[in-house]
Amino acid sequence: MRFVLAGQPNSGKSSIFNSIAGYRSATANFPKSSISFTTTKALIAGREVEVVDLPGIYSLTSSDAVAGPAERYLLDEKYDLIINVVDASRLGRSLELTFQLLEFNRPMIVALNMMDEARRRGSEIDHQELSRQLGVPVVTTTSRLGMGLKQLFREGLRHAVFAVPAVSPTYDREVEDAIGRVVTLIDSRDSVPGVPARLVATKLLESDPHLSLRAYRLAPDLEAGVAEVGSLLESTHGWSADQVVSGSRHALAHAVEERVVTHQRPDVGWRDRVDLLLLNQWTGGPLMVAILAGFFWAVFGVGRRVEAPLGEAFNWLQGSVADQFVPGSLAATVADGLVMGLGGGVAIVLPYLIPFLIGLAILEDTGYLPRLAYILDSFMHRIGLHGKSVLPLILGYGCSVPAIMSTRILESEKDRRITAALTSFIPCSARTVVIFGLVAAFMGPLWALAIYLLNIFVVVVLGTVMAKWMKGASPGLVLEIPELSLPDLKTLSAKTWLALKEFIVIAWPLLIASSIVLGVLEWAHAADSINALLSPITVWLLGLPVAVGMTLVFGVLRKELTLVMLVQALGTTEVNTVMTTQQLLTFTLFVVFYVPCIATIAVLAKQLGWRGAAMISGITVVVAMIVSVAGRIAYGLFS
Amino acid sequence: MMTLDAVGIHREARVIMIDGGQKIRSYLNTLGIHIGDWLTVVQRAPFRGPVLVEIHGTRVALGRGVASKIQVDMDGVVRQLSGTMEAVGAGK
Repeated sequence: MRFVLAGQPNSGKSSIFNSIAGYRSATANFPKSSISFTTTKALIAGREVEVVDLPGIYSLTSSDAVAGPAERYLLDEKYDLIINVVDASRLGRSLELTFQLLEFNRPMIVALNMMDEARRRGSEIDHQELSRQLGVPVVTTTSRLGMGLKQLFREGLRHAVFAVPAVSPTYDREVEDAIGRVVTLIDSRDSVPGVPARLVATKLLESDPHLSLRAYRLAPDLEAGVAEVGSLLESTHGWSADQVVSGSRHALAHAVEERVVTHQRPDVGWRDRVDLLLLNQWTGGPLMVAILAGFFWAVFGVGRRVEAPLGEAFNWLQGSVADQFVPGSLAATVADGLVMGLGGGVAIVLPYLIPFLIGLAILEDTGYLPRLAYILDSFMHRIGLHGKSVLPLILGYGCSVPAIMSTRILESEKDRRITAALTSFIPCSARTVVIFGLVAAFMGPLWALAIYLLNIFVVVVLGTVMAKWMKGASPGLVLEIPELSLPDLKTLSAKTWLALKEFIVIAWPLLIASSIVLGVLEWAHAADSINALLSPITVWLLGLPVAVGMTLVFGVLRKELTLVMLVQALGTTEVNTVMTTQQLLTFTLFVVFYVPCIATIAVLAKQLGWRGAAMISGITVVVAMIVSVAGRIAYGLFS
Repeated sequence: MMTLDAVGIHREARVIMIDGGQKIRSYLNTLGIHIGDWLTVVQRAPFRGPVLVEIHGTRVALGRGVASKIQVDMDGVVRQLSGTMEAVGAGK
């Protein structure tokens, strides 16, 4: 048996999924945030059921010829039950999707979720009446608190076993006539096999790009027939056919809402009051600066306190391991590399990485990111983008790979390409570790802040240039601002753990292996030739010690490596005793800007093509050289 | 008749027409914004930033470009939003 969870963004779908999946998937507060769907197996009343969590969609009508993963799954895959998760506090709008899902004529059940939220807003919902109106079972749930979920899945299983298909809704007469006529046209051609003809007919009248392409490819003569029916609808209503159909569904949804909901006085909660300040035209901007600055100080404060004792322990460990071996032997080198790699992860990377990931997860889960998009919209227009681009860019401070993938939330090709390119310039958590571990730790947090500001400046300049240079129109910002919410501790820790696991499973082993390889290369004096090869850049241009050449090469694999390799190459965690502050600054600037890591290049290639990825990587090296040389000269002048 | 970007804070307006192509129209439709719907402007961001509207209990941010394509009609009444906005008066 297979159940699919389908619903609009922010309907609490993922938290229902998490409750049975044991927190293996991450939630995020904006549309299409789940890039691919997650599945899990669960035992319901002794039966094994596969549950699929589809990305949130507002409607089945796709905006592109390429349908999103959720639409594609619903149209083409095999499943036994649709669990439609509905936000009870936004019933009218949510029902518009529900009516479209009913058109699949598959067994379906509605989870009337976020009942606590609806009650707070003063809505009392008669769920039995709703069930009568929709013709499918309705179970009330509050997934955030885990309420009603057991009943939901049990009721769902019963419904799936009996396999009662859902019945399509009835729209107003003209629309029904038009749909009926298109259905007759389709029936004689079987244009989209496996999908109910009525669903196809509705979507063709709505000019859905994806289904139109599919239907008209198999039955090219269908197009003229649909256009004829559409123009008839248009002439009686005065609006285009797509508006008539979606308007009719809209009217039906709100009619049902009115029947089942009774309104009472809502509570004004603290969230509304806070939100007023966050979005206010006078206080919104200053509060944004305060929040982001607070985030920065918190990460630095925690990281610094944890790093110091760990660093000492690490130095002691290194010393005592070295005593066990003959100095200068291969065994000693390998052991030293092993300790460096293991210890480097714990003592240097994790102290800053963990608070940073927690902070980013809090920003995401409270729903502050869409508010950032709102506040920064006019600023982003100056770069030639709009507010929505802020979401991938902020996620870029976590990891460039998912951030670049999330650029697909943007509607226009131009916005997607520019934002993906700019996102690769944003210092990800690995680069943050370098900034905090070198510059903030040895030069002070203000210097680290200056690097972030300089980075934003460079991104703005690059964005402006790219927007001027590339053609294409953008529709501008259209974004739902969900309610603020207190982050749930379970989801928060699950999310942080998910991101941290990525470091532990992939980066750390790589760190240890690279550390040993570097040790052996140095032992065999092979590192010298690579360092010498890079010395025109490292020594002549940037004024760095010759030994840092290798660290920059390893940095292409993972940016955290540069820091650990630097410690390895210089032979001490007290980097400031070997390098001057000017050198630390120059090195960090170069690391922040030059070539994103291999994983980022791969995902860039997927989004922009190999040429685009190669070009961006090339630009990053040039930018890195310019910025770090400028930094070196400026620091030399003013100190 | 006027466009949504010219509507003041706390004002209610009714959508009369959505200019622009089918793509932007259907996108607004999926977010619950249709012709004939009432919406309320909750906030207007400074520096020609977006307009925040409340419609059917949902908040949607619309960039000025999009807002200028939405033709609205106003009855001039300042109505209370779905109860969430009582504290708004304090800001003004």
